[in-house]
Amino acid sequence: MIPLSWLLLLSAVLFCIGVVGVLVRRNAIVIFMSIELMLNASNLAFVAFSRHLNSLDGQVFVFFVMTVAAAEVAVGLAIIVNLFRLRETVFVDEINLLKG
Amino acid sequence: MITVLFVAFAAILVVSSLLVILHRNPLTSALFLVLAFCSLAAIYLLLHAEFIGLVQVVVYAGAIMVLFLFVIMYLNLGHDVESGVTLALRRGLGWLLGAVLVAEGALLITGRLAPGPATPQALTAAAAAAPGNTQQVGLLLYSRYLFPFEITSIILLVAMIGAIVIARGLREPAPAEAPAGSAPVTAAAPEEAPGEDA
Repeated sequence: MIPLSWLLLLSAVLFCIGVVGVLVRRNAIVIFMSIELMLNASNLAFVAFSRHLNSLDGQVFVFFVMTVAAAEVAVGLAIIVNLFRLRETVFVDEINLLKG
Repeated sequence: MITVLFVAFAAILVVSSLLVILHRNPLTSALFLVLAFCSLAAIYLLLHAEFIGLVQVVVYAGAIMVLFLFVIMYLNLGHDVESGVTLALRRGLGWLLGAVLVAEGALLITGRLAPGPATPQALTAAAAAAPGNTQQVGLLLYSRYLFPFEITSIILLVAMIGAIVIARGLREPAPAEAPAGSAPVTAAAPEEAPGEDA
């Protein structure tokens, strides 16, 4: 059986990669992918604890997180498509309409 | 054996996740993200979460990533590479903040890693005698989590409608604003609106 600490370590590494991706990239779509990585890191932690505690509730929560992620991706990509139509760019540092 | 497989899939997962955020081409990033999701699904299978593992492949690697690839190709972003001086500064700052986060996590994990509660033995025996994972998750989903499950369908419906409305574009308001200046034309505007919808 895989130790819980390894799974949590992997989850933390995955989450950190996602955070770094959001911070260093400026392509909105890649930022979205990094957010997906962070959601998957939380899913991995859910499954790890579900395995550790012998309770399936964590897996049900993963199901809900996946649903929310799917909804978020659909709406977010629609916003990005609309943004590209308006500004001809998906680079987040060129989208500075609210900057004073 | 399971440990070896776990380490192998974890290595694939970490390397492909790093390539997602490091590769300059967003299309390649998306394909590496598919690889990351598939290796994560394999880790779920190793954890005996079969239902979640298969849903991971179907929903994430299937539906969500196809949506990503569709949008990347639709917007023709394959040739967009990131460069610039301010980008170098911003990227350096991002790596610094990320390093601080990693250091925090390392401190927490190495410093005082809580072993967690011991696995209850009675539950282990019950789980061993119980039916398969998918059946158990389904029973839980339709009994204790029935109400959140129904809410999920509303979330998906709202997201679907929202995505369609947002991605439809701004072509409709533009002709509607032009005749709004004079009162007689405004009466004719609602007659045109259903024609555009059809």
